[in-house]
Amino acid sequence: MFLALRELKFARGRFGLMGAVVALIAVLMVMLSGLSAGLVNDGVSGLKSLPVTAFAFDQGTKTDNAFSRSIVEPDQIEAWATQPGVAEAEPVGAGMVNAQTDDGTQVDLSLFAVEPGSFLAPVVSEGDTLGSLNGIVVSETARSEGIEVGTVITLDRLDTELEVIGFTDGQATFGHVDVAYLPLDTWRLIASGAAQPGAPTQAQVDALNFDVASVVALKAEPGTEIDLAAGDAAAQTTAVSLKESFNSSPGYEAETLTLSLIQVFLYAICALVVGAFFTVWTIQRQHELAILRAVGASGTYLVRDSLAQAAILLFGFTALGVAAGVGLGMAMPQGMPFALEVTPILTSSLITITLGLIGAAVAVFRIIRIDPITALGGQR
Amino acid sequence: MTTLTTLHTTTQVGLALKDINLELGDGDGRVRALDGVDLSVNRGEFVAIVGPSGSGKSSLLAVAGALAKPDSGSVQVLGQDLGQLGRSQGARAKFRMGNIGFVFQSGNLIPALTAGDQLRLVNRLAGGPRGFDPQPLLESVGLGHKAKSRPGQLSGGERQRVGIARALVTEPGLLLVDEPTAALDRERSRQVVALLAEQCKQHGVATVMVTHDHDVLGYCDRVLEMEDGKLREHH
Repeated sequence: MFLALRELKFARGRFGLMGAVVALIAVLMVMLSGLSAGLVNDGVSGLKSLPVTAFAFDQGTKTDNAFSRSIVEPDQIEAWATQPGVAEAEPVGAGMVNAQTDDGTQVDLSLFAVEPGSFLAPVVSEGDTLGSLNGIVVSETARSEGIEVGTVITLDRLDTELEVIGFTDGQATFGHVDVAYLPLDTWRLIASGAAQPGAPTQAQVDALNFDVASVVALKAEPGTEIDLAAGDAAAQTTAVSLKESFNSSPGYEAETLTLSLIQVFLYAICALVVGAFFTVWTIQRQHELAILRAVGASGTYLVRDSLAQAAILLFGFTALGVAAGVGLGMAMPQGMPFALEVTPILTSSLITITLGLIGAAVAVFRIIRIDPITALGGQR
Repeated sequence: MTTLTTLHTTTQVGLALKDINLELGDGDGRVRALDGVDLSVNRGEFVAIVGPSGSGKSSLLAVAGALAKPDSGSVQVLGQDLGQLGRSQGARAKFRMGNIGFVFQSGNLIPALTAGDQLRLVNRLAGGPRGFDPQPLLESVGLGHKAKSRPGQLSGGERQRVGIARALVTEPGLLLVDEPTAALDRERSRQVVALLAEQCKQHGVATVMVTHDHDVLGYCDRVLEMEDGKLREHH
């Protein structure tokens, strides 16, 4: 790196400009990564936080909006409960509702109905967990709507009143809407249309002849894998892993694919820009390199030195760009779906550096083809 | 220089070319750059080669410096037949590094490196000692005080002198000098060639200098003339 370091210092203007481009790409990459993570959280954090291995939908349910489209019968749930490797098989009710808080604020809620006391019951950061028929636990992010413990939420059209008794531990959203956990019996009243104005009562539940749910949430026994195909055959369902179930969130696939595509383009741009820079840089110093080769320097040494130069440039300025991106990300407005997560930022930084190095490598390998004879005056 | 194929030979012949023929170009543009060239230069001998542009001077340097393979004939540097090195660029580069020094036009220094670093780089490339000090060599060419200057901060003559010091880092047995006075005024040209002559004698290096400059020929032991690829005594 003897030559690499000295050239970096000597041509700091040129390398600085190139580095600024790499740093800007890194900033953009952090922003995209943050937006991506933010949108994923907004779309499926309600699912991600569930201790679930897989979900079983009614057989043939269309993937998009599958949670609210699917209907499973009690015998399907029982069929899953008896499958080998299944530790828990619990019904979940799902759906979206429009509602108003007691101060008239309009809110949308994504209902996740579970049996109180089951493994799906939410962990709360404040208040109580599920118990009473009218008690709901909402996402912590709902606080931005002015919702507090004790706030009464009235569902549109039904006028059913539900009281916020707790907040989830962290963000829990589904399809960009705050999740509200509620007892399965209450959900059945709402889903069947039997819910009455005011708080739901046990008498209403007892009178209801509606025992379906939306999906079956499955939890595998520790150290085992559930044979989803066998379970599906037995229960007449379509089961998918928790991660695959994210595609059932409205717009999830379209959003993540769009952002992934932009990221892929960004990586390609990085490789091309770095490659183009090192091509021009190598051509500019072709005569110097010919001299060194004439003196006796091996092509391998010169390629290694140039790659070290590219690596220093890429590592240094990517780190700078990531730091700037993280700083900008921390200043993002509250309502923006943006989340700074270490793993995606590190992964995309490494991809940027690797692709940049590949671009540089393609450019600097022309060093091997430089004929040392061109160092002699008459041959120029 | 333990890692290089440095020849610790007792031979007095630094360079021996025998019946060298070299053709360059393709088709109608094919020209005979070297035509039956014979040349022998002893260690400590300073030989100048003059001749018009395109007469084959640089081609002769390329063949003598293991940069180009002749079509026929034999090239021996310090007793080593270059034909035995094969076509491997690596083996030829290694041989050059250990045994042949080059002084290029205008010094042809690396712009990013100080005078001292120019010499350190060659020492590193040659696998020389870690604690290599370029100062004595720079002092021997009268530039001890310019060790930290970059090429842009040196005059043309100073750059050429750094180039000479750089060529001597690996203590080569053969020094090939390509138009060292091309960018210099008369006085500086004389100083540079006088220095080359001095270093040639002091280090016992067989030195071949290609030049257009007839004013400096007085410093040379022998002067040869190149014309249409043929080498003959200069009159």
